[in-house]
Amino acid sequence: MAVDIEQYKKDLLAQGAEVVFSKTKNLTDTPFSYCGGCGHGVAHRLIMEVIEEMGITADTIGVAPVGCAVIAYEFWNIDAVQAAHGRATAVATGIKRTNPEKFVFSYQGDGDLAAIGTAETVHTCNRGENIAIFFINNGIYGMTGGQMAPTSLIGMRSSTAPYGRQHDVHGYPLSLTNLLAELPGTYYVTRQAVETAAHVRTCKKAIRQAFENQKLNKGVSLVEIVTNCNSGWKMTAPQANKWMKENMFPQYPLGDIKVPKTE
Amino acid sequence: MAKIKGFVELNIEHCKGCELCVDACPFDVLEMSAQVNGKGYTYPFMKNPEQCTGCASCALVCPDVVITVYKVPTKQ
Ligand SMILES: Cc1ncc(C[n+]2csc(CCOP(=O)(O)OP(=O)(O)O)c2C)c(N)n1
Ligand code: SF4
Ligand code: SF4
Ligand code: SF4
Ligand SMILES: [Mg+2]
Repeated sequence: MAVDIEQYKKDLLAQGAEVVFSKTKNLTDTPFSYCGGCGHGVAHRLIMEVIEEMGITADTIGVAPVGCAVIAYEFWNIDAVQAAHGRATAVATGIKRTNPEKFVFSYQGDGDLAAIGTAETVHTCNRGENIAIFFINNGIYGMTGGQMAPTSLIGMRSSTAPYGRQHDVHGYPLSLTNLLAELPGTYYVTRQAVETAAHVRTCKKAIRQAFENQKLNKGVSLVEIVTNCNSGWKMTAPQANKWMKENMFPQYPLGDIKVPKTE
Repeated sequence: MAKIKGFVELNIEHCKGCELCVDACPFDVLEMSAQVNGKGYTYPFMKNPEQCTGCASCALVCPDVVITVYKVPTKQ
């Protein structure tokens, strides 16, 4: 006979069951505007959990991008602004320089950070601004309907490359993160993912590291998070995660790219 | 060793039916319901509650922060 779920829960509560995971207070009650299964939601949650756990909720300022995360400030229960397309690190630079005691981060998609915002991103990293950059790479312009991005994979179909990306016509997939790691202004550069519980845990540690680094004043901490865009990729969420593992991860391998030298 | 026990509570109206939690559960606890929520999405329920260990894998991957996880503390 099937177990009476409500009775089973009551029994476990009577045995002392405690909450081991619940929604962080640093997320508002507003439901995310993202498609079901989209990695943006997990990325938001991890950043907000870290800020709560570090006790820096009132001392952190986020910069939202243009892209699907354009209204991230509706979901983040912290101080935040939203920048013109691609300019989030320039805005974050201004905020950090005028409020050096605050923790400042930008949150940007690949179209925002690695296409229209390439100049701002490169120069922010080259200046070694003391901020964190969270780079959500789903290999596509999600918000505007799935156009090809510089990060799109060879052969990947999109609304502007219906026969798939060809290197001789569209160029090669751009891994801006690896280029930025070459600059002396970046202090910590890592690439993460959030599609499995194990990757979520590792990614959260990287996000924590990026915020901790800001206490040191040693330059940019850049955390790329490779995510799905199931709508843009025209797949279900489970299919998109499988495709991401098989296709995105070989092009954008997970792991640390630049770690601070131990002194 | 006694079996580790836990359960999940779901904020069903925030669920978008993506099924990532069902895939993430290592113990085959969750299944998508035949019903839909107010937005028209199917949502998960505990098909095998007794298999749940409160490991929180489902909650960690849920993009819409639908899941709260409870666990009976293991005695030292
Ligand atoms: C100056 C300017 N150019 C173009 C656009 C149109 N636009 C909005 S979002 C976007 C791309 C977003 O892609 P990405 O940064 O990868 O974010 P995602 O939605 O994939 O998370 C573009 C081109 C705009 N809003 N402003
Ligand atoms: S379009 Fe893509 S990136 Fe945007 S919310 Fe949907 S799945 Fe996420
Ligand atoms: S807490 Fe763990 S065992 Fe329980 S439903 Fe979630 S993933 Fe499955
Ligand atoms: S992962 Fe979250 S949003 Fe997706 S089906 Fe499960 S509870 Fe619903
Ligand atoms: Mg994108």
